[in-house]
Amino acid sequence: MTSTVTSASDVAAKPSGQNLRFYGLWVVAAIALVVLPLIFSSGGSLTSFSLIGIAIIFALSYNILLGETGLLSFGHAVHYGLGGFAAVHMMNAVTSHGWPIPLPVIPLVGGIGGLGLALLIGWVMTRRAGTVFAMISLGIGELVASSSLILRSVFGGESGISTDRTALPHIFGWTFGPQIQVYYLIAFWVLVSAMAMYALTRTPLGRICNAVRDNPGRVEFIGYDPHVVRYLAYCFAGFFAGIAGGLAAINFEIANSAYLGAVQSGMVLFATFIGGASYFFGPILGAILVTYLQLGLTSVTSVWQLYFGIIFIGIVMFAPGGIAGLLMMHRPLIRARTLGLVIPSYLVATLPTLALACGVILSIETVARYTVTGGEGNIVKLLGIPFNTTAPTTWGIAAVLVVGGFIVARITWRRIAEAWDRAASIARDRGYLA
Amino acid sequence: MTPAIEVRAVEKHFGNVSIIQDLNLSIAQGERHAIIGPNGAGKSTTFNLISGYLSPSSGEIRLNGDVISGLRPFEINRRGLSRSFQVTNVFARMTVWENVRCAVLWATGHRYAFWKNVDDLPEVRRRTAEILEDIHLSHRRDVPAGLLTYAEQRELEIGITIAGGANVIMLDEPTAGMSHAETERAVALIRRLTEGRTLVIVEHDMSVVFGLADRISVLVYGHIIASGTPEEIRANPKVKEAYLGEEAH
Repeated sequence: MTSTVTSASDVAAKPSGQNLRFYGLWVVAAIALVVLPLIFSSGGSLTSFSLIGIAIIFALSYNILLGETGLLSFGHAVHYGLGGFAAVHMMNAVTSHGWPIPLPVIPLVGGIGGLGLALLIGWVMTRRAGTVFAMISLGIGELVASSSLILRSVFGGESGISTDRTALPHIFGWTFGPQIQVYYLIAFWVLVSAMAMYALTRTPLGRICNAVRDNPGRVEFIGYDPHVVRYLAYCFAGFFAGIAGGLAAINFEIANSAYLGAVQSGMVLFATFIGGASYFFGPILGAILVTYLQLGLTSVTSVWQLYFGIIFIGIVMFAPGGIAGLLMMHRPLIRARTLGLVIPSYLVATLPTLALACGVILSIETVARYTVTGGEGNIVKLLGIPFNTTAPTTWGIAAVLVVGGFIVARITWRRIAEAWDRAASIARDRGYLA
Repeated sequence: MTPAIEVRAVEKHFGNVSIIQDLNLSIAQGERHAIIGPNGAGKSTTFNLISGYLSPSSGEIRLNGDVISGLRPFEINRRGLSRSFQVTNVFARMTVWENVRCAVLWATGHRYAFWKNVDDLPEVRRRTAEILEDIHLSHRRDVPAGLLTYAEQRELEIGITIAGGANVIMLDEPTAGMSHAETERAVALIRRLTEGRTLVIVEHDMSVVFGLADRISVLVYGHIIASGTPEEIRANPKVKEAYLGEEAH
């Protein structure tokens, strides 16, 4: 800069080094996506990674609505599902007509399917935000889900519409038969979609979406129509949800009514909220955790939905910012170098909290075995230790763990709060916390 | 010359309740016009009618000669009228910088653009930085607006209002709840920032009104009972009786 530098242009100056860090992060993410299947190469983990990738795109698309624009949708899966059906129909058309369209561009067709529906229904839906939008989204979700069972030629009824991803024209000798090739296809689209959605938050529209989220009334007085802003956000969300749906169709080689139902809509809400809607990376964490829990818990326990509910309620009550919010709370402490004051209290709290958790799990499993699935035998294994669900000692141990764990854990939680206050006030003094 | 704002025979009813009756008001280009009146006189309603937050039950409002009554607030804003709010009305979770930048975006022609990086718009950066400098909040640029002090939020409110470069600025009680020193600072700020623009202000603090305004209108029960220079208003017996008289005792 020249000698005409004023303090105003100082303020306008771009924070240096931000660009480098920004691109560095994406390069790291790309490398991680490439390397991941080389480290965990079993078929099971490839399937898991593929599902997680799809869930990441879906959750990020949902967060364009929830986190960025403040729209709580209960029917986001309609765009995911429409994307899936658009992809399946396209794949079948490509195969039967012999069009020269390779598989890797099919997710784009899914995106267009999701976008098309959003363009169609979005204008009416986004007229109002808040409860009205939430209710309409619930209604639309049910409407589309039920019509998927009625319009058999399009949605294939109960059985859905299946396809063969290997029948499409091959490129670079990739048949997309093996799961590893599908994984890389998904990984590519995860990276591209995540970058596009991140870029979207950094555009004039993205920032006005935030303004609409915070205060739609005021936005009208700075020249913007909040209805248009919500509509555009809705269309972008629909587009990326469609890409996720298209990838799911490729992965499973089928699209059916479950894709666009309330369960799917609920899952993406869970993932986004648990991960944390306030930060861009929150839904990514949420998608990883929720998918992993879905895959992992189902094989361990028959009442996995119960744990899921407990986690969700816990996050809503104690950490409304989600996992990302919990992590980012620590940033000012790290900057102020006061994190060391909090860590010991975390360590102290770990043991009693784990004891409490074990007690809760043991109680739930014991009760579940005892009352619901009596036929499966009376032995519950926890941390490798077998417990007999009919023995009074098991009930006693569970009770002691729950009550004792809670009493001790509560004391240690208070310690955390005190340590946190101390660390935060020092951070505030040093100017790292407002 | 066409008046900046012209209100002709405007009425506003909510059901059977008539809030504004036969409101007539003409504000010249470049004038600093204050609207005063007792609580519940309809000052804020008048603001809401002119800025499009409410539409009049009957009558007509013109901005620079064009009819604006019945238009949506953002349409009126795009024609060059910007207003602030009595209750602080900012984007609480966004930083001070982003608050002001959002208010600059439409006026600089970026509208709903989703193909541009908002950090790479030199004109936007320059204007945002200037506004922050003007409202003395440059040092607070990265603080979420919700965490500002009350006086700072009021200044940010003014900053958002003027950021779009509108030539008609309407401020609804900009100094409400401020200390004496803060009020003086705010008045100096308003005087400087609205230089060369038309200013309409609702204010309770009479020292602010008489210090700032070229002309004053007195609104009582949804009707303007007097309009004139500060001296004329001070001397007007109807005003004394209805409004100033009560304060003088």
